[in-house]
Amino acid sequence: MSEIKTLGIPTPEEIKQAQIDFAPRCTSAGRVNDKETQGTVEYILNFARKHSLFVMAYGTGCGAIEIPATMTSRYDAERFGIRGAATPRQADVLLITGYLATKTLKRVIRVYEQMQDPKYVIAFGSCAINGGMYFDSYNTIKALDRYIPVDVYIAGCMPRPESVINGFVKLQELIKNGNAGNGEAYREDLDWYRKNQQKVIKNWDFPDKYNW
Amino acid sequence: MEGILFKILGAFLTAILAFVVGMFYGGLRRKVTARVQNRVGPPVHQNFLDLMKLQSKRTNIAHGFMGHLAPVWIIIAAITVLMFIPILHGDLWFNNLTMKGDLIFLLYMMVFGSLGMALGAGQTGNPNSAMGVSRGLAQLAGFEIPFMLSLIALMLQFKTTSISELMQVQESGSWIIVQNPFAFIAALLASLGMFRYSPFDIVGAPAELASGPRSEFGGKYLGTMMTGGAVFAFIKLVMYVDLFLGGAGNNNLEGIAGTALGLVELLVKTFLLYMIPVFIGLVSPRFRTEQAIQFFWKWPTFFGLLAIGWALYKNGTF
Repeated sequence: MSEIKTLGIPTPEEIKQAQIDFAPRCTSAGRVNDKETQGTVEYILNFARKHSLFVMAYGTGCGAIEIPATMTSRYDAERFGIRGAATPRQADVLLITGYLATKTLKRVIRVYEQMQDPKYVIAFGSCAINGGMYFDSYNTIKALDRYIPVDVYIAGCMPRPESVINGFVKLQELIKNGNAGNGEAYREDLDWYRKNQQKVIKNWDFPDKYNW
Repeated sequence: MEGILFKILGAFLTAILAFVVGMFYGGLRRKVTARVQNRVGPPVHQNFLDLMKLQSKRTNIAHGFMGHLAPVWIIIAAITVLMFIPILHGDLWFNNLTMKGDLIFLLYMMVFGSLGMALGAGQTGNPNSAMGVSRGLAQLAGFEIPFMLSLIALMLQFKTTSISELMQVQESGSWIIVQNPFAFIAALLASLGMFRYSPFDIVGAPAELASGPRSEFGGKYLGTMMTGGAVFAFIKLVMYVDLFLGGAGNNNLEGIAGTALGLVELLVKTFLLYMIPVFIGLVSPRFRTEQAIQFFWKWPTFFGLLAIGWALYKNGTF
């Protein structure tokens, strides 16, 4: 009979180690095209990138119900150039719409790694920020940016289409200033992300190399 | 010597015209779709922004040699077909490499791009791609029959296989849409399948097949495919205008003024023609594969056969 492990009060050493392990990464360092250094070509390309956001249509949680409302007649996200993409290869933006079960996290990571640079992640709702109402759940992750880098958080449970569009406008600002898109930072910091991912994904069967 | 120079310059101009007009028509389609759905919609130049964004992607994944070649193949096919279509009749710049028998040549060349797409999609190994390709070939077998019948009717009626001569016929007489209306109906119904908008969007069905053959192509590859698709849309429209709607550029003005007037005429005619599949697509749900093929093999084929009968009656065979 296996012993059920209970969550006790952590020791100070454990807290210290956890702080090191789970410290959010500063992913905005080392950008090639931030506002000061970007040339004319990058400025024009950023203009195109910001006005043409293909959204990966992958609803992870309950927030996906807000996406049809955002895309259709009432709120019409297409006027900002936001449009659905059918596969990760074609997409620019990955929406994490709400809570992420560890089972879903595996798929999200694969989807994220299949997307092509520059790629952006928008996290929806309080569940993606700190767990939200699933803060004590055994099979949802609590802070998304420990597993994949996040560009924009949208608070709310659930965020209304107005706030979703607001989040997209914020992302457009970041793209314009060259501060969005963490694909390169993710590859550089892959060991740290992999460690965190493997902590929660028990049946780990990814390829060793980041190669797809 | 001067003639060759004008041909080369005209080829470049034609390619640029086809690209720009095709991309703008794509943007207009999105705008019209949005207005029909009571939305504001993206700006008309949205497709250019999309293309710029796709071409500026920093990483691109290729799934082997054919996957790398497929978008290039599509562009090559599009430009080749474009070069054999007289954009403006008898114009110095836009007459292109028209020759005897180019209608038959075009029938073969127009599926060349789809072939490259099929090979490239096959190498990606994505099951959605394979399904999309098989559906695309099935649909091709559907709409090629009425399209072929309608073109054969034209060849029989006017005893020529040259697009230029068919335009000549329409310059002296009435348009072929009047001279053989059944051929136009058959070709128009076939064009619904060619454009692959609803109800015939079974190849790239977004929610069903994850955009089908192009599901593994992203970034620069997708951008190149978009460019090829835009040029192909322009080609189809110009071909239909040339064959049935009298072509463009049959005016008496000389020089640049004549070319400009011809281009305006061409844009008006192609735009009106383009709106037919777009509007049909807006009010239609998607067919299943066998429904699409059944559709093409019923009424369009009937009109195609009727067109051949009409052509034989008109040219005095019986």
